[in-house]
Amino acid sequence: MSKVPGDLRYTKSHEWVREEGALLVVGISDHAQDLMGDMVFVELPKPGTRVDAGKECAVVESVKAASDVYAPVAGEVTAINEALASAPETLNTDPYGNGWLFKLKPADPGAARALLDAAAYETLLASET
Amino acid sequence: MGHRTPLYEEHVHAGARMVDFGGWDMPLHYGSQVAEHHAVRQRAGIFDVSHMRAVEVRGADARAYLRYMLANDVDKLGTPGRALYGCLLNEQGGVLDDLIVYFLAPDWFRLVVNAGPAEGDIAWLRAHAGRFGVDITPRPDLAMIAVQGPRADHAASQVLGDEAYAALACLKPFHGAFIGDTFLARTGYTGEAGFEILIDARAVAGLWRRFSDHGVVPAGLGARDTLRLEAGMNLYGHDMDATVSPLESGLAWTVSLSAEREFIGRSALLRQRAQGVARRLTGLVLRAPGVVRDGQDVQGPWGRGTVTSGSFSPSLARGIGLVRVPAAAADGDACELIGRSGQVLDARLVTPPFVRQGRALIDL
Repeated sequence: MSKVPGDLRYTKSHEWVREEGALLVVGISDHAQDLMGDMVFVELPKPGTRVDAGKECAVVESVKAASDVYAPVAGEVTAINEALASAPETLNTDPYGNGWLFKLKPADPGAARALLDAAAYETLLASET
Repeated sequence: MGHRTPLYEEHVHAGARMVDFGGWDMPLHYGSQVAEHHAVRQRAGIFDVSHMRAVEVRGADARAYLRYMLANDVDKLGTPGRALYGCLLNEQGGVLDDLIVYFLAPDWFRLVVNAGPAEGDIAWLRAHAGRFGVDITPRPDLAMIAVQGPRADHAASQVLGDEAYAALACLKPFHGAFIGDTFLARTGYTGEAGFEILIDARAVAGLWRRFSDHGVVPAGLGARDTLRLEAGMNLYGHDMDATVSPLESGLAWTVSLSAEREFIGRSALLRQRAQGVARRLTGLVLRAPGVVRDGQDVQGPWGRGTVTSGSFSPSLARGIGLVRVPAAAADGDACELIGRSGQVLDARLVTPPFVRQGRALIDL
């Protein structure tokens, strides 16, 4: 079973979001990394980029497949995880920690609360298998 | 549910992610295909290739029959135990399958063909067997494993009996030998040292476990694909199929066009050669980080080409691929790969192989 930490919010497209002060940290879920297999390449947006909710804003590639990452909420990218360029496998080994992708300043400070909570995401995963 | 090899339970027990491959439930990886890839390049790995089908060709005219059926010439096989790689062609020169043929006795050859095309191959082989009086007998009772990597022989010295190991140790590449009913051969699909074993399906699980217990890492189809791609080896259905000839697929070296031998597809190949082969298969490497994917377009001063196998090379940490390009395209040429969202990536044509025996063979 893949891990679903209780303190995060999730999307149907398998991103996770952690509130960090006024910012949101975004990554992909353990389930997503497990499905894709060994990650070998990550393409991240430039800091300052404005993103729309549900629009593709990053790409993660495993040996097997490429997958878009969608912005969980609208906002502005304030930081990206530069370490992933040389160590994309961190997405496999620590998807909820050092494998974070980027930080967003949400256009609507409360937007993350409209995303799935852990229980709802686990229900989604159960329905997909 | 697909067909299962006799090692299915071993794979599941080892935590493999199973996928469909040519109608078979096969292990994609056992956790990390990149770790499995490195294990084979640096130490030793073991693959279940029991989905591939052994087919016996028996009869007094077995040699004459295979000289007619295959684009490569089994007359190159002088002594029993020797093996040859080649293609089965249709009348138009298209590749029906690629295979290895083992010469076992004057009236006995063994083919090992791919899983997906196997049934079609057997029907094709039988359709032409009549006038040569040969018997075509598939051997689903045989399982096959490949042990590959610089430490493969060391593992064999501990796992196989003294007699079998002694026989293996003196085998040269593309040679094989029987130990009882078990056949050992110096063949493989990784570009590393090692061997393959054809064995009674009922005995294979025990052998698999002994190799695994001696530190040989189970490796799945994911690692098998990146290893063979680095080694510059074609994958049937990707790099060639019934719509292209071996001359357009980097396989001219497997075609023997001597004057005296007639074989299926020969006249089509001669025609193609006389008219000029319009396309060829070669290698591609990205100049910057990224991954190459099957079906992507390549563009250069000579026009367009297509990626037939694309992936990420764990050994080179670069995107690599095999590409079918216009004949005018030369290895060394700069070109552009069109990415999945239309972006252009700088690339270069290179002569495969990319990596063999643990060493990079191209300049990055």
